[in-house]
Amino acid sequence: MRLDDPHLKRLEPPRLTLLDRLYVPQIAAGLGVTAKHMAGVVFGNKAITVQYPEEQHVPSPNYRGVHRLNKDEQGRVKCVACMLCATACPAHCIDIVGATAPETWPDREKYCESFVIDELRCIYCGMCEEACPVEAIELTGLYDLTGLSREQMIFDKAKLLSVFDLTKDAEPLKYGTPPGPASPPPSTQLLPPASNMP
Amino acid sequence: MDFWLLVGIMIKILVVVGITQGAVAYLILVERKVVAYSQDRIGPNRAGAEFGLPFALLQPLADGAKMLLKEDVVPGYVNKPIFILAPAISIIAAMIGFAVVPFGSVGPGSPIDFQIAPNVDVGIVYVFAVGSLAVYGVILGGWASNNKYSFLGGLRSSAQLISYEIPLGMSILGMVLWSGSLDLNQIIRWQDHNGWGILWQPLGFLLFLISAFAETNRLPFDLPESEQELVGGYHTEYSAMKFGMFFLGEYLHIITVSYLTVVLFFGGWEIPFLVSGAQTGWFWSFVKVLVMAAKVGLMIFFIMWVRWTLPRFRYDQLMDLAWKRMIPLAILNLVVTAAFVQWWRVWRG
Repeated sequence: MRLDDPHLKRLEPPRLTLLDRLYVPQIAAGLGVTAKHMAGVVFGNKAITVQYPEEQHVPSPNYRGVHRLNKDEQGRVKCVACMLCATACPAHCIDIVGATAPETWPDREKYCESFVIDELRCIYCGMCEEACPVEAIELTGLYDLTGLSREQMIFDKAKLLSVFDLTKDAEPLKYGTPPGPASPPPSTQLLPPASNMP
Repeated sequence: MDFWLLVGIMIKILVVVGITQGAVAYLILVERKVVAYSQDRIGPNRAGAEFGLPFALLQPLADGAKMLLKEDVVPGYVNKPIFILAPAISIIAAMIGFAVVPFGSVGPGSPIDFQIAPNVDVGIVYVFAVGSLAVYGVILGGWASNNKYSFLGGLRSSAQLISYEIPLGMSILGMVLWSGSLDLNQIIRWQDHNGWGILWQPLGFLLFLISAFAETNRLPFDLPESEQELVGGYHTEYSAMKFGMFFLGEYLHIITVSYLTVVLFFGGWEIPFLVSGAQTGWFWSFVKVLVMAAKVGLMIFFIMWVRWTLPRFRYDQLMDLAWKRMIPLAILNLVVTAAFVQWWRVWRG
């Protein structure tokens, strides 16, 4: 583009008046803003702090916290060991060992014998949830995930199923099974205090 | 020397040092509360809740215990004697400035002199001389750390403190000319008769305030330690109580500067129509101490308030402000005041 191009638009910085260059009015305005915030907290109870152990923060319904392995109506694990979640996982934190499903489970060929997620490697991106064809793995709203050792943070199948038991009332299945009726919208109500977390 | 005078001075030193150190501990709590409030948070509120104390009143004890009990790391590559000396200089320079700062009424009409070294003729010069020693703590700390961030912080600090000494010294000369004395008590007494210094020296007050911010290394002039660019500046390598001593020195400096501001521009212990030099005796002396402490508290709050409002200066802006703006203004203020004072004296006889 040439310098005398008619489409060229020249922008001049706004000229500062003497008062602007003294900064004093701007500083006073800035002090006013901080004063407003301070007064808001002291007199108006405007603080956004959540007093954590006593009060629980309620995350939004699409918050991505600890995983759970969903169970179907008969209490069986929904997972069919297709490995799609483990493949989709960018952090490679899912380890599945599949096995042939028992004779009594006519709806599938395989199920997961072992299902281990390393919660320390997980980046909580939710891709496993998106990849899963049978809505078996979901991320819950549990956020206060702590442990005393690294081993404790590797969740096996039993633990992931227990997370489902813990959260199923507060957070029903997000998508529901395809042929069934539409599931109720996810509730924002979270769990009992997560200190009960296994 | 009179033995009891010596004992009295010792007691005053003990009281002043004790109170200022305790005040520093609580000022840190106040600062944390102020920053929390200005950021829509609550701030510390747990320490002391078990004993029914509100506002985390035991937080300073917890902080102090943490500072004392932490591991005191002295890296292997530092210049050890200077590394250890630097925080000591920083805190000593901040503390001996209190020797001539009046914290109440002094002289006739007061049962005791509320000043460690009463009626020093060169009072304010002494405060500035000692206050500028604090730069050695910063420079030596930065140099001895043998670390480029610390060194940059120390260099910046030396340039900043030397530059702002000039407007700082010149801004008070107006008040010195008006009151005709360098003695801080004389300056208070002059304001008692003639009204607060801020009315006589508004420009001088503004220049003094800005230079004082720079001298105490407070935002918007905290370039020596600017965390975002220099990690921690001169105290990057310091830990535990050595870091605590730098911190203590900084806050002691804030107290000194606040006292000076109150003494020079806000009438010291004087409140118009309420508290004046005419009132004498024990009761009024303590009222005056409290009045002064309250004014100083407001000043300290203002310093914290500014800290959480303004962003840091860029280095060239900092130098620009000192050399191209404040020093000419200070000279102008000085000349105009001198001419006016002379005219006033001649006119009033």
